[in-house]
Amino acid sequence: MPGKQLLMTFPVTATSHTLADYRARGGYATLARALSQLKPEDITKEVTTAGLLGHGGAAFSAGRKWSVVHLNDGQPHYLCANADEGEPGTFKDRWILENAPHLLLESMLIAAYALQVRHAFVYIRGEFDLPYRRLAGAIEEAYAAGYFGERILDSDFGCDIVAYRGAGSYVCGEASGLLSSLEGKRGYPRNRPPRLTVQGLYRRPTVVNNVETLANVAGIVANGAAWYRTFGTAKCPGTQLVSISGHIARPGVYELEYGYSLEKFLYEDCGGMAGGKALKALVPGGISTKVLTGAEIKGVTFDHQSLAAAGSSVGSGGMIAIADGTCMVRLLQVMLRFYHHESCGQCTPCREGTGWMHRIIDRIVAGQGRPGDLDQLIEISKRNDGTTICGMGDAAGYATIGILAKFRDEFDYWIEHKHSRLAGNLEVPAHA
Amino acid sequence: MKHLIPEFDRLKARFPAGCESSLVLPCVRRIQEERGFVADSDIDGLVDYLGVPRIQIEEVLSYYTQFRRAPIGRWHLQTCRNVSCSMCGAERLMAHLREHLGVGPGETTADGRITYSTVECLGSCGTAPVVMVNDTYHESMTVEKLDALLKELG
Ligand SMILES: Cc1cc2nc3c(=O)[nH]c(=O)nc-3n(C[C@H](O)[C@H](O)[C@H](O)COP(=O)(O)O)c2cc1C
Ligand code: SF4
Ligand code: FES
Repeated sequence: MPGKQLLMTFPVTATSHTLADYRARGGYATLARALSQLKPEDITKEVTTAGLLGHGGAAFSAGRKWSVVHLNDGQPHYLCANADEGEPGTFKDRWILENAPHLLLESMLIAAYALQVRHAFVYIRGEFDLPYRRLAGAIEEAYAAGYFGERILDSDFGCDIVAYRGAGSYVCGEASGLLSSLEGKRGYPRNRPPRLTVQGLYRRPTVVNNVETLANVAGIVANGAAWYRTFGTAKCPGTQLVSISGHIARPGVYELEYGYSLEKFLYEDCGGMAGGKALKALVPGGISTKVLTGAEIKGVTFDHQSLAAAGSSVGSGGMIAIADGTCMVRLLQVMLRFYHHESCGQCTPCREGTGWMHRIIDRIVAGQGRPGDLDQLIEISKRNDGTTICGMGDAAGYATIGILAKFRDEFDYWIEHKHSRLAGNLEVPAHA
Repeated sequence: MKHLIPEFDRLKARFPAGCESSLVLPCVRRIQEERGFVADSDIDGLVDYLGVPRIQIEEVLSYYTQFRRAPIGRWHLQTCRNVSCSMCGAERLMAHLREHLGVGPGETTADGRITYSTVECLGSCGTAPVVMVNDTYHESMTVEKLDALLKELG
């Protein structure tokens, strides 16, 4: 096990996702205690002191986000769990939805009470079938047991919840795009300010948090901030669910305690690279985070500080291990095709930029690359940065700059020789 | 669409009052589940039922990749072509499908049985490559498993 665990603390069985099993593990006792003994502001204070960070990519303090909501402003407040899980390489929230849906629901109820929310939502990507059925099943179980609806557990607090299904759009994972979608519209992200905690869903104060961020709330409220801080490092408390895929011997979802050695994780916990190859590069947290080379991960630990020092970030916890022999030109082509396909088209630099980058990389792969193409790619990437409504414009640029900075020779080779130095390999044959 | 209204009413009860607009996506999804696509008459029905502008529903139908205005094959095969799946054999699956079905992405076989598409990351990269058949994920696919699956589809 990669360190101590907060979420993956029970054996997954055929029934571990059910209400009966969750209750047998002590489930919903924290909600009962919160509703009868704690004030809403106590909960937010505990979450802030615990240092719980967002697990959806941006690592913003959850407690500080919640603190923006004024409890007695006379307006409705909304809470939404972000279960869009669209960042390529990421499949961790699915683990919670499938195996611990009641942990998410109990945590959301506690958060809803802290934020005085009457209506909560889980925005779940439209393709997720089993995760949706598990979540919807858990919601019905919880309603039947009196955990949702009016006067929950004989308190004055009432809350309804809806599992809201997306319909195939990456930008709906971006918090404001998500809320546009939840209003039944196109998933267009919105300009900020105003912040969503000031004007979010239907222009009311709204907290959007990642599924995993919220799933940590019940534990923090049950055991206290000081207990939470015994996990992870002093600057980066807690754990992160990491989904690892690509050329790795044992892909899957692992819970890593922050501060855990990346090398130990890759080579011991995950069994090293598939086919015993060497690690060429690692995407640490979804394709929108900058790749690190095999050499660069030496001595790096899995936490925000160490990964930032190495020039990348924790991101969404979606790791992709890339073995020696993989063609980085083709890999970037797959990424740029994706960004181009998913740009919602509102901002000129993103709409035109992702299309332009996609055309350039396609041309290089077709053997018609020109000497200035790589500088052009970098130039477009930089122009996207910070000039768009949402982070997607930036993300396409980070992915591009990250790969070009470290593997430029492969691109130069393709442009000069009109073919890949690595036979265009994405899959690495075990025997090669 | 009319017979779905009691179901829509139950869903509405869990939304805040005055938020009918939010029901566009769930209603469209439900209608598509029944009919296979969204017809003009469905849009008319939703405009009446939800009181939202027609243009909003049309924008939603064109924006989201999962919604469609026309019928497709009985089986919808969608191959993930994003990074992790491509690194684990998705491109070979796609080449195989093109050859076996005789159609490319976005097309339906001549007998109208199978529609073939590509999709972006399905959030299942640990069991790449992934092929979605209607609502179901088929994980860790190989050409052999794909052939067996194609045989099973009636
Ligand atoms: C293009 C784009 C896609 C995103 N997709 C997701 C996603 O699928 N899931 C998620 O939790 N956050 C996603 N985010 C981040 C959200 O905007 C937001 O920061 C997050 O849900 C806040 O929750 P947290 O503070 O608990 O992490 C995305 C951001 C961008 C710019
Ligand atoms: S940055 Fe791109 S995806 Fe985001 S709002 Fe602008 S056009 Fe849409
Ligand atoms: S890349 Fe195919 S499921 Fe993620």
